[in-house]
Amino acid sequence: MAEPTTIDAGADAGTGPVALRTSPLAHLEERMRAAAVTGARGVALSELPFVTMVNLRVGPASEAAGRIERALGAPLPQECGHTTASGSHTVVWLGPDEWLVLSRDAAPAVAADLREALGADPGSVVDVSANRTTLELSGPAARQVLEKGCPLDLHSRAFAPGRAVSTTVGPVPVLLWQVDGVPTYRLLPRSSFADYLARWLIDAMTEFGSPELP
Amino acid sequence: MLLITCPWCGPRDETEYHYGGQAHVPYPENPAELDDRQWAEYVFYRDNHKGPFAERWMHSTGCRRWFNVLRDTVSYEVLAVYRLDEPCPALSQAGGNP
Repeated sequence: MAEPTTIDAGADAGTGPVALRTSPLAHLEERMRAAAVTGARGVALSELPFVTMVNLRVGPASEAAGRIERALGAPLPQECGHTTASGSHTVVWLGPDEWLVLSRDAAPAVAADLREALGADPGSVVDVSANRTTLELSGPAARQVLEKGCPLDLHSRAFAPGRAVSTTVGPVPVLLWQVDGVPTYRLLPRSSFADYLARWLIDAMTEFGSPELP
Repeated sequence: MLLITCPWCGPRDETEYHYGGQAHVPYPENPAELDDRQWAEYVFYRDNHKGPFAERWMHSTGCRRWFNVLRDTVSYEVLAVYRLDEPCPALSQAGGNP
């Protein structure tokens, strides 16, 4: 899922609230593009705006969880750091009874499907697409950029493509998801922290544009 | 920096957690029957124990779950970590930082 994520807005594209929305980092798009570094120490930053995110809470071994797994076409990950994927959905573990469903489908449809699968059982399905935005940090130096401010061990012995955990980068709480071995990371901060985090990352990327000091 | 092992997320830095004070402070069975002094003692008075101390922590930037930690207040060693529905482990069974 390394390609840019776009939302299929269907027949409503171009009109209505979907066409009017502005992503939290639209004003930094040019700055992020200009900060890209190429070569052996390359790293690039971009925003993937408007990814559908649905917060899901349900008992992990309940019947409702089984129905939701069938609706998603993927099992709910049972351990911290694990993700599962099916079609346009990726399910990220947030807690022992809490998951985040990321999707390229339109948010109302995903939430409606999951809500129908949950039925009247205890749990919740909430469209939280506006809660976070998605930053993509990619390139051979991406891990070194994150290691400046992330307390987690991101070495390949401990962290690999397909793993996603809630942690901090700098002072900002993020959901950190590694999507491939380039490495490419997706950082999901709250929208109101996105401006700060993008500027923090641009600053952290700057040194990789210069030759490495011995 | 303390390295605390969340029962769900594994070892993470102390900066990912919030401290929640002493553990195992029971809510009064009949709070309406308490006089002001007893209520103040329930709300505000906590042990200031030297040595192994059971306390609550929350993994605030991770899974956002509360759990209990048995920590030595002298050496800061984390002696045991256990969920809220588990009993406080006896010290003889507690190993080092798991």
